[in-house]
Amino acid sequence: MATVPQQENHSYLGAPYGLAAWLLTKDHKRIAILYLISITIFFAVGGLFAAGIRLELTTPQGDLWTPDMYNKLFTLHGVVMIFFFLIPSIPAVLGNFMLPIMIGAKDLAFPRINLLSWYIYVAGAIITLAAVFSGGLDTGWTFYTPYSSISSETAVTTAAIGVFVTGFSSILTGLNFIVTVHRMRAPGMTWFRLPLFVWAQYATSLVMILGTPVIAITVLLVAAERALHLGIFDPKLGGDPVLFQHLFWFYSHPAVYIMILPGMGVMSELVAAVSRKQVFGYGFVAFSSLAIAILGFLVWGHHLFVSSQSIYAGLVFSIITMLVAVPSAVKTFNWAATMYKGSVTWESPTYWVLGFMGLFTIGGLTGLFLATMGLDIHLTDTYFVVAHFHYIMVGGAIMAYMGGLHFYWPKMTGKMFSEAGAKASAILVFVGFNFTFFPQFLLGYLGMPRRYHAYPAEPIWQVLNVLSSAGASILALGYLLPAFYFTYSLFKGKAAPANPWGATGLEWQVPSPPPTFNFDEDPVVNEPAYHYKPRHEVHVNG
Amino acid sequence: MQNIPLFPPSASSVAMEMDLLYLFITAVSAFFVVLVAALTLIFAVKYRRRHPDEVGADIHGSLVLELTWTFIPFVLSMVMFVWGADLFYRLARPPADAMDMFVVGKQWMWKVQHPAGVREINQMHVPIGRNVRIFLGSEDVLHDYSIPAFRVKMDAVPGKITTMWFKATQAGTYHIFCAEYCGTKHSGMIGEVIAMEPQDYEAWLAGGRSTGTPVENGERLFSTLSCNTCHKPDSTGRGPSLHGVFGSTVQLADGRKVVADENYLRESIMNSQAKVVQGFQPIMPAFQGMVSEENLMQLIAYIKTLKPAAPADAVKK
Repeated sequence: MATVPQQENHSYLGAPYGLAAWLLTKDHKRIAILYLISITIFFAVGGLFAAGIRLELTTPQGDLWTPDMYNKLFTLHGVVMIFFFLIPSIPAVLGNFMLPIMIGAKDLAFPRINLLSWYIYVAGAIITLAAVFSGGLDTGWTFYTPYSSISSETAVTTAAIGVFVTGFSSILTGLNFIVTVHRMRAPGMTWFRLPLFVWAQYATSLVMILGTPVIAITVLLVAAERALHLGIFDPKLGGDPVLFQHLFWFYSHPAVYIMILPGMGVMSELVAAVSRKQVFGYGFVAFSSLAIAILGFLVWGHHLFVSSQSIYAGLVFSIITMLVAVPSAVKTFNWAATMYKGSVTWESPTYWVLGFMGLFTIGGLTGLFLATMGLDIHLTDTYFVVAHFHYIMVGGAIMAYMGGLHFYWPKMTGKMFSEAGAKASAILVFVGFNFTFFPQFLLGYLGMPRRYHAYPAEPIWQVLNVLSSAGASILALGYLLPAFYFTYSLFKGKAAPANPWGATGLEWQVPSPPPTFNFDEDPVVNEPAYHYKPRHEVHVNG
Repeated sequence: MQNIPLFPPSASSVAMEMDLLYLFITAVSAFFVVLVAALTLIFAVKYRRRHPDEVGADIHGSLVLELTWTFIPFVLSMVMFVWGADLFYRLARPPADAMDMFVVGKQWMWKVQHPAGVREINQMHVPIGRNVRIFLGSEDVLHDYSIPAFRVKMDAVPGKITTMWFKATQAGTYHIFCAEYCGTKHSGMIGEVIAMEPQDYEAWLAGGRSTGTPVENGERLFSTLSCNTCHKPDSTGRGPSLHGVFGSTVQLADGRKVVADENYLRESIMNSQAKVVQGFQPIMPAFQGMVSEENLMQLIAYIKTLKPAAPADAVKK
């Protein structure tokens, strides 16, 4: 693909060692590892909260936790998973690590700001944890007013400040990526030679810097109403509770695309690499990311169909939401078509790709049920919604994150992991996931509302809930397994070659792990992305 | 769908259509899930790597295919949109002949008042075969009145009156859930709707203890709150006459014109300075915090009955 001069081996994992050298690093790769460690901790914490929810729901009675405790569990599960795991996951770990290397840069445009964004993330996390330990939070991750502003007796203000602070971490990362993609591309790395992962990160970054300030302002207004009794959302003070929902979803619907667009970028990389083939319809896949990012800003009102929003506003939001299905379908079919006449490996990344294709397709299509206004009357605020967004966020975004983590692990650590372990993990996650969340679609149509601590003691309701909880235990095993074989690989894993998957891209031409400044001499790109050639033409380093 | 355990009871005039719409989208979705799964699995097996150095064919894309899989999902999603929008539109507009029920949510119970004056808590008796319109309010935070067997649901929004309607078709007892999270006992804010044959409903009403119809209670409040000292039937009061105001277009002092619906009346009582009628001084006190949501609905129910005072009536009196 490109000519990369011979490298001396001075890995970013080498000297300087020591805590200070890591905590004060400006190397995008080390910062990515800092993020990896932090978000993994929060993934585990969020998972524990989920376990608490699923255990309670195995019986119809609310007999394991008190109602207040249960309300805190689902709230904190949502807050931790969304703000401290999903939103930073792919951008801050895989994006931070790979994006500069993919475009042939030595680092991001603003290395110090990159480090700052991690510290802001940690500060936001600490403030939010302080809220957890000083009364918890029971508003749901949606902070709906006026419950959050006048009724809840938990640490809403502290948590709101935590979310507010964390938002700046996203904004800075987005800003850094946008400037980097504009200014730091290697000679010859034109816009239409960019790997699709970079396109997806770019689209995501736009959403981050345009949307995040709105949620920051919104949660601050909630805090202001609680603390100062300013009438913003509480009708008794002259406010409007539905105004909050508009402001909240103006960010939080695009936030869904902050979570899934990077996953789509990872999928484009993985599908091309496991098929050793040019991504089918590169331009359509690239522009569908931008289309999703733009349309994503115009659909927030589909959360408000039964919130007393005007019918005519609802009609507009419904039709635009339907349009999001089009670029999503375009991507899915292009990925499938990429495998046509490919050379498809059955190594572990393929398992995650296949899992993603299945789960994301179901997640996307079930969005159509909810975008259909008449049907949404029956389905909104039920477990159908819970199932739908878990198919997108867990089935789509986390599946892609896990796939990407496996795919790039040899590059990031210089070690190969257990292929058998990785395949077992992917299969457990896929099976466990479907057992956990498919029954929730059925519960939703039966009418089971979200955020219920107890539910009617009807046999079918309990059967479906028990299935869901049993599935969650399989899912948990699937997620625990990588903790073992990844850790094992660090100590005993086989050394990874520069290009273990035989993929194209600058990132596979630098050593594994890459040297501190990625490239000793500036690379020059003279080919499009994913330019797979028969072996005698391939230029492989390492 | 009565006996399929994966569907809630089908007990209203829209339940069957809702289920059909659900099944239609399910069928479309199932087709695409199977298609995508089959394509990826078949390709992954058929084109599996047979040689470590093998690469895929040099194929870049196809405009025809791209247009195909842009166009087909677009058309299908528009079919869903039109059907869903039509159903929503009908469910958002209560029929004119509906009987009015008043439901107020508060942490954590539902208070129901029938047009005949009978009240109940966490239960709602309704006749089958009759359109029922519900005026929904909230005393504190957001709630949502959800009746899965009727396939209807609406948020109870503090500071507003929202409406929903249904026509029960099947006698029976069905769940009422609060579907919008409202705090500690959210999952305990449940109840049951009891759909009855019309004659059974009349008998049930007759056995209930009425504390006055909403209109009667509203009329009493109208004088105990001294509304009638300023709002007189003729134009001699310090406030505008409310006779015939409901549904009329009101000229405001700031030049705007508004249609006087339930929410206009509600706002004018609770926050009287928000919209001042042209030709009147902003002297009315705000009743925010002094009138409960239920009383407010009664007042509005009474004001809605005030017909324009015809000259002939005035002579008779």
